Amino acid sequence: MNMLSPLADAAIPPLTSTGVAVVVRGLTRAFNGQTVLNNLSFSIAQGEFVALLGRSGSGKSTLLRTLAGLDAAPPETLSVPPARAVVFQEPRLLPWKRVWRNVSLGLRRADAKTPALAALDEVELGHRRNAWPLTLSGGEAQRVALARALVREPQLLLLDEPFASLDALTRLRMQSLVGALWLTHRPAVLLVTHDVDEALLLADRVMVLKDGVIAVDQPVSLERPRRHADPQFDHLRTALLAALGVH
Amino acid sequence: MSATISGSPAAAVLPGRASRAAPWRGWAQKLRRAWVPLGLLAIWQAASFAGLTSVQTFPPPSAIAISFWELLVSGQLVGNILVSLARVFFGLGLGIAAGTTLAVVSGLSRVGEDAVDSTVQMLRTLPHLALIPLMIMWFGIGETPKITLIALGSMFPIYLNLFAGIRGADRKLREAADTLGLTGIEKILHVILPAALPGFLVGLRQAFGIAWITLVVAEQINASAGIGYMVMNARDFLRTDIIFVGLALYALLGLLTDQSVRLLERSLLVWRPSYLDQDQGK
Repeated sequence: MNMLSPLADAAIPPLTSTGVAVVVRGLTRAFNGQTVLNNLSFSIAQGEFVALLGRSGSGKSTLLRTLAGLDAAPPETLSVPPARAVVFQEPRLLPWKRVWRNVSLGLRRADAKTPALAALDEVELGHRRNAWPLTLSGGEAQRVALARALVREPQLLLLDEPFASLDALTRLRMQSLVGALWLTHRPAVLLVTHDVDEALLLADRVMVLKDGVIAVDQPVSLERPRRHADPQFDHLRTALLAALGVH
Repeated sequence: MSATISGSPAAAVLPGRASRAAPWRGWAQKLRRAWVPLGLLAIWQAASFAGLTSVQTFPPPSAIAISFWELLVSGQLVGNILVSLARVFFGLGLGIAAGTTLAVVSGLSRVGEDAVDSTVQMLRTLPHLALIPLMIMWFGIGETPKITLIALGSMFPIYLNLFAGIRGADRKLREAADTLGLTGIEKILHVILPAALPGFLVGLRQAFGIAWITLVVAEQINASAGIGYMVMNARDFLRTDIIFVGLALYALLGLLTDQSVRLLERSLLVWRPSYLDQDQGK
């Protein structure tokens, strides 16, 4: 029954390997004497889609913030590509800038509007390019946030529960959109989520974070597009839920 | 089959139809709101006609309107208004510049806050009008003490509201800006200052209010021109009607400046849902 393999430390490549987007080696983070991440080690290959599962308070978001550069970490524990982009749970758009200006913000090139509009077309929001962010629906705003991340051509895309505050139907659309965009652009992705189905729909690999360590590191070799009805899907789902403490 | 699923296009037309009636309703509401003040004016006029009030001490609206016209034709009125406006303009300009500079310095850095905030907060507790004797001792009775007083009074609301706005800029937006690779200056320009703008505009409206009050007090002391001078002169000649003209002018100018800040808000905060709804209703 136990088809989930525990993490083998020998599998972690050195910080400067080729073909690898992210290497974390012995990362420890503690706040107020409480250890959140405990000597954590893992890697993400270039173009690999990794989902990170964990209960709330397991340190998922801390890990993502560290990879995003929002929290400092000792340099010897971490190697990330320079081009990174983050999509948060909330869209975090600047309400005083029109949609396309939100997307192009921070792009260092003469004509930043062209790629911004192209990215908006990719998330099917070209017609809303001049809208004010506060007039967008939740799903639209989150797609703008996705376009804003994509336009930076990231080698590492960090998704921090990006679908958590969307309604069920919008969430399904967003999941397939992210899947399609990943296949087109092939960044390495770390998707932080608490939704096992979402992880199994999208990821090449699912990691479970528990008590500050990676308790499970499970490749998902199901054919895409994936279907819930697949018995293998259900099997993995049950196993991952068990690892999360849900029986 | 698809026809049964697709939404009816008529539903999309409805909001437009409703909004076309909105301006008309706006005017009707304005008219309704004007009834009571117009009625009060009529009662005032009637009371004067009936001899219930003395024309000398409480002149009717018609007499005030006549004096207004005479002052306007003689050119006195425009000159005095321009002098008063210039005082407010320069005083406010200085006050806004000083308040903005201090708030930006204090809001953007802890060092700046330590250097500026305690001093400004201390001075704020001092009613600036209490400085009039000192101002006269220092700057005499010309324009300098009046403009300085207006600048001092209008500086504090700008400082307080802008400082609060800068410090209240959403931490999550600042974080997002970090992940977009914005530099410190870019973050200030694109994130922090726009976030503080609504606060600044609230401060601006308060500053205008304080500037007018300060003007009234400042130009009733040793002025040789301006609305306040005109009013004090009228007192000496027992011209109550001209005093009323001065009061009406103060009210009118205050109203006009408040409206102009509102217009400014509408154009600068166009991204806010409350303004967006209004604009889409037109």
